[in-house]
Amino acid sequence: MTNVLAVVEQRDGVLRGTAREVVSAASRLAGQLGGSAHALVLGGPGIADVAGTLGGWGAEVVKVAAHDALGGYHPDGYPQVAARVAKEGGYGVVLLAATGLGKDMAPRLAAHLDVPLAADITGLDGEGGKVSLTRPVYAGKAFTRITVDASPVVATIRPNVFQPVDATGSGTVETVEVTEDPASWPTRVVSFEATGGDVPDVAEASIVVAGGRGMRDPEHWGLLEDLRASLGDDAGLGASRAVVDAGWRPHGEQVGQTGKTVAPKLYFAIGISGAIQHLAGMRTAGTIVAVNKDPDAPIFKVADYGIVGDIFEVLPRLTEEVRAVRGEG
Amino acid sequence: MNISVCVKRVPDTETRIRVGADGTSIDPSGVKFVVSPYDEFAVEAALRLRESNGAGEVVTVSLGDEAGQDILRTTLAMGADRAVLLKGQVTPDGLATARMLAAELEGHDAPLILLGVKAADDDQQQVGPMLATILGRACATAVSSFEVDGDKVRCRREAEGGNEVVELPLPAVLTITKGEYEPRYASLKGIMAAKKKPLDVKDAASVPARISVETLELPPERSAGRIVGEGPDAVKELVRILREEANAL
Repeated sequence: MTNVLAVVEQRDGVLRGTAREVVSAASRLAGQLGGSAHALVLGGPGIADVAGTLGGWGAEVVKVAAHDALGGYHPDGYPQVAARVAKEGGYGVVLLAATGLGKDMAPRLAAHLDVPLAADITGLDGEGGKVSLTRPVYAGKAFTRITVDASPVVATIRPNVFQPVDATGSGTVETVEVTEDPASWPTRVVSFEATGGDVPDVAEASIVVAGGRGMRDPEHWGLLEDLRASLGDDAGLGASRAVVDAGWRPHGEQVGQTGKTVAPKLYFAIGISGAIQHLAGMRTAGTIVAVNKDPDAPIFKVADYGIVGDIFEVLPRLTEEVRAVRGEG
Repeated sequence: MNISVCVKRVPDTETRIRVGADGTSIDPSGVKFVVSPYDEFAVEAALRLRESNGAGEVVTVSLGDEAGQDILRTTLAMGADRAVLLKGQVTPDGLATARMLAAELEGHDAPLILLGVKAADDDQQQVGPMLATILGRACATAVSSFEVDGDKVRCRREAEGGNEVVELPLPAVLTITKGEYEPRYASLKGIMAAKKKPLDVKDAASVPARISVETLELPPERSAGRIVGEGPDAVKELVRILREEANAL
């Protein structure tokens, strides 16, 4: 019997958007492997409230590791505790989300367990009892199918790719005693300065509004932010390499081979011509919309829908129209 | 203070990828190989620290085949003092890579080990923190700038939704992202000097890979869609399509 452990994220006691995707992927895989899906959540005291939700998504056992020292992500503490839980539970597969946190935590977790890590996977299959994984390489210019000859198989899943599964249940809650000594964790988190408010990271947002050189000036970004805000809380901002190199936008927003590879359900490319390294980073988006004044821009070769025109005329109208149809205008 | 920097040889990011005859790797013919861009930031960060300290040695290390000498020469031309090529198999198994690098780096008297936050080819973002875990060192990932202060290093890192400041005791491993460290171009003098700098070539420790690549395939081509219209008058129709046909709004 191969059980699958989903390590999920919470922030301030609220589960992150990727938590359901990780539990769903774990649950589907566990079904194929003839085992069951369990979930592990780490955080400060009081996070046990989320256990019921995780159970409802398909986790048969929900393990809660709550400790003052785990209130915020700790790069030494989280992987250590999770590795111990994974080892003691004898899991065959451990899944995390390929978020900023997951990308920091999963390699350390895998190294503690002395197993490889398949990072940022877009496909996972357990038919016939053998786990096969698909992952993009060269920022999405190609895909590889890989197998891992180690146990547990540790992988991070790309946000927005794995669909939720319908599940019913409540899940048995188990408390994980945190026996590790926080005094032995060398890293000290000094401060955190929020830059994006509640705007989701571009790699996790289900809708992305991305701007390029065609925006002409960093001061015009308010127009993109208006469109983003009109699309709701799950919409994030992205940027082309050109505008990041020009210092207009932070690198954290860059989409493409030297930035982030994203797979949102809806991607707006505004004033982005579509360099090969940018296209690689967003081509797996569900629906791509491009607005550009140049009808020959390469972006139109991958876009599902395009408008040719002056973005400074099109953008405000687009924001207005989205607000109207979403009933917020 | 000595600093060791791990660098990887990858196809230039403008490369169009073709699948090789084996069906599991790329066809390297005509491909320009470069130092992975994030590793260049790490080399630049190391050089600047050495320059501000006025002392210490910067050593670059790469795992791969003989061809890796070209990118190590590039790092020497940028200003690294010496380089080590570990001859061994580069695979998607980042833990195997980290173990091979660790076997070499254990012998370096370098309180700081720097790497790029990720390689531009596999994009797994894992070798740095794995290496740190193996060596029992503290590690900060996605560092956009850092300062060494006595026996500590203070790092500003790109975290979700903002910037985080963390402090680590030395020795430490940092993975560097785009930020402060725009890499320098090698000067002609640097290129000439690089030819005389030491570049050791040795066999990497034997660590079997436990990830196998079964297939490598290009993604299905996205077919060009349709131009809904021109100018702001097309917006209404676009939004209608996104709602009613694409079900995306």
